[in-house]
Amino acid sequence: MKCRDEIIGLMHEYLDEDITKEDESFLRGHLRSCEDCRAHFHELEKTVVLVQSSSRIVASPDFTQKVMSSLPKEKKKVGAERWLKNHPLLTAVSLFLVLMAGTLFGTYNQDEQFSVSKQPNLMVENEMVVVPSGETVNGDVVVQNGDIRIEGKVNGNVTVINGHNYLASAGSVTGEIEEIDQIFEWLWFKIKNTGKAIFQINEQK
Amino acid sequence: MEAIVKLRIKQVLKGDQNAFAEIVELYKDKVFQICYRMLGNRHEAEDLAQEAFVRAYVNIHSFNITMKFSTWLYRIATNLCIDRLRKKKPDFYLDAEVAGTEGLDMYSQIPADTALPEDEVESMELQETIQAQIEKLPEKYRAPIVLKYIEELSLKEISEILDLPVGTVKTRIHRGREALRNQLRHL
Repeated sequence: MKCRDEIIGLMHEYLDEDITKEDESFLRGHLRSCEDCRAHFHELEKTVVLVQSSSRIVASPDFTQKVMSSLPKEKKKVGAERWLKNHPLLTAVSLFLVLMAGTLFGTYNQDEQFSVSKQPNLMVENEMVVVPSGETVNGDVVVQNGDIRIEGKVNGNVTVINGHNYLASAGSVTGEIEEIDQIFEWLWFKIKNTGKAIFQINEQK
Repeated sequence: MEAIVKLRIKQVLKGDQNAFAEIVELYKDKVFQICYRMLGNRHEAEDLAQEAFVRAYVNIHSFNITMKFSTWLYRIATNLCIDRLRKKKPDFYLDAEVAGTEGLDMYSQIPADTALPEDEVESMELQETIQAQIEKLPEKYRAPIVLKYIEELSLKEISEILDLPVGTVKTRIHRGREALRNQLRHL
């Protein structure tokens, strides 16, 4: 019986593919000579084949959906992050617009100092620009964060940003008079001026 | 496949649930198969397979990324099945055996729309017999047999899943095989 237990042990080692060459040849020799052990070995082999032949069974089609609905809810932050990852172009455009708006708004708020375009015959009194009576100012006049009183003549446009213009009955302006007190108007003014400057540079070339 | 899974795990760790859905898709049939072969009941197996994935998701932060994910997942599923077998109460399911009918289950009591070919019936009966004999094995032999012959895993992987020395796994497979030989020799 001890011999039989040893042989059965070797059979299992053989089936586990964990047997030495010597033990395998010993087992083969024994199986050739012993009918009982041969029958036992064939039964073991048949058992393995039968178990391995068990048909593959698959989970139900809605298995994944059921699992996902059972999971704890993900944080909103994560959902937002995933949306951003899935829409890189929209994210980039949005970020650009936000940064641009921030920059422009910052610039608009920073431009709170009084300033005026340099023309020789303009007078400045406490953030009030005056075109004196009888004087003619050639070129555009831009006043920022201050007011303008026109008693003389301006050959060009008058633009007042965050201020007011006062046109005396004797005063005259050949171009347009424009008051800007909103960010979008100011932005449009900046774009126009930049465009003009570029156009002038190109013309000079 | 492991490389894709590891990538998805990193996304899950960042909180992306959609990445976990891909992991479920990859492993659902394997996990369900283990649970079914261990429990012998589709309904119960599906419940436990789903529970295994939920537990994997909840505890994913404790997964060692250097380890094989399937090993970790199968360990969760196998442990759930073993726990269920240990405290199993008789339940009423359609695929539960009908008392005194030698292997017939509730499904077989529902009239079939079409007659099955004889070969198919024989094949189904054989499958049911094999599954019934697997279920008769004590749980400590059943798990290694299922993992070795149905999931076709190596002894090393089985030892990692069951958290047992390779020698113990070998002994249990030998004993499980012998028990099945006794039960299936008449086929």
